[in-house]
Amino acid sequence: MSILVDKRTRLIVQGLTGREGTFHAKACAAYGTQVMGGVTPGKGGTTHEGWPIFNTVQEAADKTGANATVIFVPPPFAADAIMEAADAEIELIVCITEGIPTLDMVRAWEFLQSRRSRLIGPNCPGVISPGKCKIGIMPAAIHKEGNVGIVSRSGTLTYEAVHQLTQRGIGQSTAIGIGGDPIIGTNFVDALDLFNRDPQTEAVIMIGEIGGNAEETAAEFIKTHMKKPVVGFIAGQTAPPGRRMGHAGAIVSGGKGTAAEKIAAMERAGLRVAKSPAEIGETLASVLGVRT
Amino acid sequence: MNIHEYQGKAILKKYGVAVPRGVMASTREEAEAAAKEILGSGATGVVIKAQIHAGGRGKGGGVKIAKSVEEAVELANKMLGMKLVTHQTGPEGRVVHRLLVEETLPIEKELYLGILVDRGEGKPVFMASAAGGMDIEQVAAETPEKIMKQYIDPGMGLEPFQARKIAFALGLKPAQINAAVPFLTGLYRAFLDTDAALVEINPFISCTDGRLFALDAKLTFDDNALFRHKDLRELRDTGEEDPLEVEASKYNLNYIKLEGNVGCMVNGAGLAMATMDIIKYAGGLPANFLDVGGGANAEQVAHAFEILLSDKSVRAVLINIFGGILRVDTLAAGVVEAAKKTNLQLPVVLRLEGTNVQEGKKILMESGLNFIVAETMKDAADKVVAATR
Repeated sequence: MSILVDKRTRLIVQGLTGREGTFHAKACAAYGTQVMGGVTPGKGGTTHEGWPIFNTVQEAADKTGANATVIFVPPPFAADAIMEAADAEIELIVCITEGIPTLDMVRAWEFLQSRRSRLIGPNCPGVISPGKCKIGIMPAAIHKEGNVGIVSRSGTLTYEAVHQLTQRGIGQSTAIGIGGDPIIGTNFVDALDLFNRDPQTEAVIMIGEIGGNAEETAAEFIKTHMKKPVVGFIAGQTAPPGRRMGHAGAIVSGGKGTAAEKIAAMERAGLRVAKSPAEIGETLASVLGVRT
Repeated sequence: MNIHEYQGKAILKKYGVAVPRGVMASTREEAEAAAKEILGSGATGVVIKAQIHAGGRGKGGGVKIAKSVEEAVELANKMLGMKLVTHQTGPEGRVVHRLLVEETLPIEKELYLGILVDRGEGKPVFMASAAGGMDIEQVAAETPEKIMKQYIDPGMGLEPFQARKIAFALGLKPAQINAAVPFLTGLYRAFLDTDAALVEINPFISCTDGRLFALDAKLTFDDNALFRHKDLRELRDTGEEDPLEVEASKYNLNYIKLEGNVGCMVNGAGLAMATMDIIKYAGGLPANFLDVGGGANAEQVAHAFEILLSDKSVRAVLINIFGGILRVDTLAAGVVEAAKKTNLQLPVVLRLEGTNVQEGKKILMESGLNFIVAETMKDAADKVVAATR
């Protein structure tokens, strides 16, 4: 099974004609993802690298039957691109763009509440179901098809976790980067809920970081609903308070959102927490070993 | 981005938010002229406030009241150029270069107002409390029931009925409500128009004669939105920031100076934080947080490396890169360029994985430079901490 993306996913790329859009569209297609075309306003009717380009998402969806989109447009226009995709009723919207103004995302988030689309990101690496479909910028080669689900606020730390699993011969069902911004579409609880229902997924790794209280909310969900073991990790145990650590959402403010609080909430909810980032794969392996 | 109190008040004034009469002064003479003007127009006193980007100024001696021009000049003289230490500045403190000279007011009550975006709700929230003038973080931790929250529908804005609810919750008198509504809606419009991350008025005061004022003003802007606010970008005071951080920001690098001696260069904020964490587990301390970001080019990487090395406390460097959007060969080219340019003497531990890792390793190996190669994060952390000893 896997979640969110598979062999039936038909993808369009918003911002396909840009440098990053072109590079990653090719990489996704090379992985086996069905890339149907792209959207660049003003370039409709042309082709780019063999793909048809459309002026609007609606037109692209109508002509290609796309059910997913990935957004590579620059930050000033990205929230608008998300809303355009939702308006065209694209089921899955993956927004890679980093640096979208928060108040733009407030508008987009409000817009999405009355639409059917699911948003992943922004400021995220995307989503991959190894062996089936990749939508995003993650290095494909480190993945291996299998039964561990991964959900993370950080891009490169997701790669690190995937790599540690694959090195141990443990594959992944789906790996999702939900993004490092304060306002994101799909959150930990949404992703955990999907993994909980997915027959392919047997265990989950959840990677959080300082800032906000999404990890605490997720821990509560895990305690009451999760039927599968979850391994946790929190980045930023040594981060100084009051400083924004790269991600717009990664800040300890008013003594809230510390790694220590999040780790404690996870442990109370019964998660196995890897203290060091080098121990994520090992911890998951031991959890699976206990079960089998 | 943070700005000074006097700059924040000038912005709020444009939105109809009442602020005390005041003048910014950066010299003794300017302070004297300001005090003369304010005392001459009927004020019973002036308050001299040090302008630094940190809270807790009052306790640190950065806020003083004068009853005469002479007294004001004496205080200004002491305060200009002094090193002000507060709980937010760290022990090194900040040098005071500017003062705000303001009229004193007959304070009846000190209240609190704040606007920010609530992450969980995905919308702006107006926070108000009758427990003003205090550390609001402490109020939130100890007596959260004393903070009233009004969520704002982003499509609608702050409606008058919501402003009235806030005003009544603060215990304002019926006669003050008509003034409070435009004050609060003006504050919200300022928040929206400036793409603020935080607008905080602590204290928001009610005077014995019934008037309402923003006695302090803290505005923080969303860095991601500054591209559309040229006027706000000009308010930046780089003198309030770490020089290396200012240098890094020129190249769009996320660099934060820390206390340790292991310089780190990492791609991705999460991995960068995790790298700091694992250095600590290995018995060392990170000298910085540095996320070179996803789309970095060789030139940016070279600048990043130079900035990292110009921190004199750095004894060894750890480069931890998991290439995704940033290709490892791009990074390697930048590191080699910077290492040659700076005549690198320090030990550098490399841990590379991901997109184009083989091409990247080849560039580094053929550079003739002496790098220490590590296989895993733990291995890298152990090796770099050993290299500092």
